[in-house]
Amino acid sequence: MSQVHIKTKINGDNIEFLCDPEETLLDILRDKLHLTGTKEGCGTGDCGACSITLDGKLVCSCLVLGAEADNSEISTIEGMSNGEKLHPLQQKFLDHAALQCGVCTPGILVAAKSLLEKNPDPTESEVRYWLAGNLCRCTGYDKIIKAVLDAAKEMRS
Amino acid sequence: MSPLDNTYEKQFKVIGTRPPRPDGIEKVTGKAQYGADLYVPDMLYAKILRSPHPHAKIISIDTSEAEKLDGVKAVVTSKDFSKFSDNKPSDTLVNCIAHEKALYDGHCVAAVAALSNTIAKSALKLINVEYEILPHVTDVDEAMKTDSPIVNKGYVLENVPKGFSENVTSYYEFGHGDLDNGFNNADLIVERTFKTEAAHQGYIEPHACLASMTPDGKADLWCCTQGHYNVRALCADIMGMESSQLRVTPSEIGGGFGGKTTIFIEPIALALSLKSGKPVKLVMTRDEVFKATGPTVSSSMDVKIGMTKDGVITAGEANLRYQGGAFPNGTVEMGAQSAFAAYDLKAVRTKGWNVLTNRPKQAAYRAPGAPQAIYAVESVVDELCQKLNLDPLEIRIKNAAKKGTKSSYGPTFDDIGLIATLEAAKKHPHYLAPLEENQGRGLSCGFWFNFGGDTCVTLNVNFDGTIGVTEGNPDIGGSRASISQMAAEELGISYDKVRTIIADTNSLGHNEVTDGSRVTFAVGLATIKAARAAIKEMCKRVSLIWGIDEDAVRWENGSAIPAGPNAGQFDPMSIEEIAAMSSQTGGPIAGHHEVNAEGAGVSFGVHLADVEVDKETGSTKVLRYTVFQDAGKAIHPSYVEGQMQGGAVQGIGWALNEEYIYGEDGRLQNAGFLDYRIPVASDLPMIEPVILEIPNPGHPYGVRGVGETSIVPPLAAINNAVSRATNIRFSELPLSPPKVLSSLKKEINDG
Repeated sequence: MSQVHIKTKINGDNIEFLCDPEETLLDILRDKLHLTGTKEGCGTGDCGACSITLDGKLVCSCLVLGAEADNSEISTIEGMSNGEKLHPLQQKFLDHAALQCGVCTPGILVAAKSLLEKNPDPTESEVRYWLAGNLCRCTGYDKIIKAVLDAAKEMRS
Repeated sequence: MSPLDNTYEKQFKVIGTRPPRPDGIEKVTGKAQYGADLYVPDMLYAKILRSPHPHAKIISIDTSEAEKLDGVKAVVTSKDFSKFSDNKPSDTLVNCIAHEKALYDGHCVAAVAALSNTIAKSALKLINVEYEILPHVTDVDEAMKTDSPIVNKGYVLENVPKGFSENVTSYYEFGHGDLDNGFNNADLIVERTFKTEAAHQGYIEPHACLASMTPDGKADLWCCTQGHYNVRALCADIMGMESSQLRVTPSEIGGGFGGKTTIFIEPIALALSLKSGKPVKLVMTRDEVFKATGPTVSSSMDVKIGMTKDGVITAGEANLRYQGGAFPNGTVEMGAQSAFAAYDLKAVRTKGWNVLTNRPKQAAYRAPGAPQAIYAVESVVDELCQKLNLDPLEIRIKNAAKKGTKSSYGPTFDDIGLIATLEAAKKHPHYLAPLEENQGRGLSCGFWFNFGGDTCVTLNVNFDGTIGVTEGNPDIGGSRASISQMAAEELGISYDKVRTIIADTNSLGHNEVTDGSRVTFAVGLATIKAARAAIKEMCKRVSLIWGIDEDAVRWENGSAIPAGPNAGQFDPMSIEEIAAMSSQTGGPIAGHHEVNAEGAGVSFGVHLADVEVDKETGSTKVLRYTVFQDAGKAIHPSYVEGQMQGGAVQGIGWALNEEYIYGEDGRLQNAGFLDYRIPVASDLPMIEPVILEIPNPGHPYGVRGVGETSIVPPLAAINNAVSRATNIRFSELPLSPPKVLSSLKKEINDG
């Protein structure tokens, strides 16, 4: 089957690509566009390592087809910092040692940013439930939750 | 420099602080390159065809249709590996690709390299494998019976007692003292049989590699691994290469926990690259990770312990049966050694049997073998305390191993922090906090041996006086930060003057795998010694400049100074000044250290867990959790805490939900994160870490490995908490809601 021509805006830039009809948006981001900050941990929407926002909505990019992204706006981890200035969440993850291996970190940062845009003052439970779709096997989540709460506090002030 | 080799009494400036990790920004911005993140020109994508049968003879494999598919560049089967025709295949090779038999559901039988993943997937469907299905076995106790299907012949060691099937391949025994006499002296004896299911390491990054091999026998391999030197040794053997011709570069690694200490896909990628003449990238799916890598062993265990009315353990006995898949392994030996390590016992005996089944070849998982055995022992100790109405913490202090104790596995302990750790738990507010209805508090000790091993470090003094440390152990949880800290501390300079990198296999001598909680200990030790070698050279250079004896120069706060008033009056020369002049004083300055590090120092931990059991659903909620562990010296306390918290949560997952579930057909039923349920953020409370620092005499700064011990206590701590909350003694993990609910219902029905 012939490939589909897709026009999107990714992290503010106009991007066009051709994709196989069955290719996922995750595969496009990684294999075609080499935006490898978005990770594949499971390919079934269970781990959240491939979290991005699609038209402002938090999604697992492994569950979206590349062809579905036509005329959409996509944000990935690569668009989170502003030049050399880190987003407060990124800085707090470093300050709190909220990553060990770091492979789940991009997905968790994207998900946490999405939470704080909706709820700038979440409780610990709200952070825990919002991030329940993002698996981390290294940290036990403790320092991640603290980093998100601390970033929220700083962003409010 | 201090004349003392060990400097852990001194005031540290960099050690014990919490600087940012050198790889941090790359990791929070998505720039860090993990196993699947490398793309090179003209690269092919590979996919693996796996056996759907747990045990089957491979009659034939027809790859002709797959080879004809447009875009397919190479197909390999076991025929493409000459070690099979030489009759010299290693277990590792047979596990990487099945030869005459498929030994488990998910065993690789063929692989394809093509222009895209889509084409490679289509090609797999065109490979025709003819199987003759054989009877299978996946349960450890079933596999031991004399009428069990035989999984893999020819592995039984001479010392295995008679009366079992050929699946029982090895036998171990440890202990000392008179057991009968010990049990005779007990006021109460508890004996129970326990079972644990296999748990997967569950790293979020699936295995991935990119191989490029040329017909003259040279190759480059990029992969996520805990030990690229081991990857090189295993792959070079399989491919019939010399080590020098295979350069392995480790990517950033997305978790391992023992599961990335060996190889699964790397030889397949090398063979496909050789055959196609192009670089080949091979990335596992999550389903493949569950079916064909890891997990840890499953176990069936009998434990018998005797205790006096006032809480003295008079004898302990454990019989451990572990299965680790279709190939032999030594995990049960470590289980048998560690089962009673926390206790000072007059009479103790442990026995272990390793058993083959039609399951994937087990891989190390954080303190391999110890969590199962210690879960069984600590559950029985808790039951004895409960029945004799004794405080479980006091009883552990009363029977605790200490300096001078002859351990249950042989050696006599040196300085160990167990009693101090137990005392810390006793003093902590958690221990006396009130509990409500349906809640229970569990306690368990944990133990791990810790390792050192072969280690090389090079420390280069750059011309501007900054430092480059080159080491050979993949950084799995922040070790580059702690290595930089130790270099800075020893040199008397600031942390930001040091950058530590992990070299490929051709840039540094052999380094053992990142395992055994060895990196901060062994690489740290080698880094300190390399820094001392560089300091010695810098003092020598300064002695030439000053025209005095080498011995008359000493090092203090990042500068060379005269050793005493008799050495003469000279202004201190800083590392920057010495480095700037190094070309004129003899050339670049570097320090090296190569060692087989000994003296790792055993590690103990104590965990407290509060749970609440929902009697309507059987679901268990962890309410509060505290980890007490002796770190010897915490170089970067945040990452020490991280090891303690992360290990605890892995253990909680193993205790409450994680398990390999096999159907009657011998196929894995839950090969995905939806059905193999690791803990998520909303399952957990904060995990409070309490670090103790009882210096390890085997390390210049007193460091003790911390990575593995923390997974050991949660199994029993949770089991004891749930047992106390429900007043039912559980003896099978995981304590998943259906299992707990059925026991609660049985209890009600039995009145």
